[in-house]
Amino acid sequence: MSLEGKTALVTGATRGIGKAIARALAEQGATVVGTATSENGAESISADLKAAGAKGFGIVMNVADPDSIDAGLKEVNEKAGAPVILVNNAGITRDNLLMRLKDDDWTSVVETNLSSVYRTSKAVLRGMAKARWGRVINISSVVAGMGNPGQANYCAAKAGVEGFTRSLAKEMSNRGITANCVAPGFIDTDMTRKLDDKQREAMMEVIPAGRLGEPEEVAAVVAFLASEAAGYVTGETIHVNGGMYMG
Amino acid sequence: MSTVEERVKKIVCEQLGVKESEVQNTSSFVEDLGADSLDTVELVMALEEEFETEIPDEEAEKLTSVQDAIDYIVAHT
Repeated sequence: MSLEGKTALVTGATRGIGKAIARALAEQGATVVGTATSENGAESISADLKAAGAKGFGIVMNVADPDSIDAGLKEVNEKAGAPVILVNNAGITRDNLLMRLKDDDWTSVVETNLSSVYRTSKAVLRGMAKARWGRVINISSVVAGMGNPGQANYCAAKAGVEGFTRSLAKEMSNRGITANCVAPGFIDTDMTRKLDDKQREAMMEVIPAGRLGEPEEVAAVVAFLASEAAGYVTGETIHVNGGMYMG
Repeated sequence: MSTVEERVKKIVCEQLGVKESEVQNTSSFVEDLGADSLDTVELVMALEEEFETEIPDEEAEKLTSVQDAIDYIVAHT
């Protein structure tokens, strides 16, 4: 599964699933550029990759800001070459019951989780089309399919990502570019650590595997989709959720 | 230095994977040279890069033949 000589861009790579993805792609030989929203975050990505003996570095990029994406992509192109692997992982939650949901909770979640995917994908497609090879891998969520009370904004954005991905897959297939989603269930990250005990208990009851997933278990699927071996898999959503939902 | 015509034809050959002998000034990208919609988008991008210019979408739609492209480039660069 060698990705030697290829540049991968991973958004939201400071912590959790994104961090594990950056490492997994680096292990396959890719030059990995991870994005963070702060200088500190970018430095920690660089340090983490260096400690793992991998090629790559962190940059500051706010995926909710088109200008920041432009600037970030320019930096990546100059320092590492045009990315042919894009992993849209950056995401936020602003949970509330719909009756209490604020406009801003809606807008910021849709901008950060969905519009960002449109912008970053568009920005890297030209390089991929030229290379006649590319992998766009979008991190969705189990709730895109099953819904979740308190997450109308997040579920809408993630389901939007899945539809976007299927269109992209059809548009770019004959250029050797695939587009897929990986939909994690409950993974042990800061995002799920925010849940209270009662929510956790309820969660465990619906996970047949009886445990949370590890970020590395999501990253392994991303690494497969990025590989040469996955060239005929496109427009697909792969669930990684310990059996809690089966599409 | 090559002429605009030569440079345009070279890009058409590269982008559409056709032989130089197949490319006439009157050739239509879609009908004669087998371009699909994505090919035409990529072709316009390649022309923009080669001639360091920006071709607006509404103009790009009108570039359907080799001669159209040559004329546009000559008039705008």
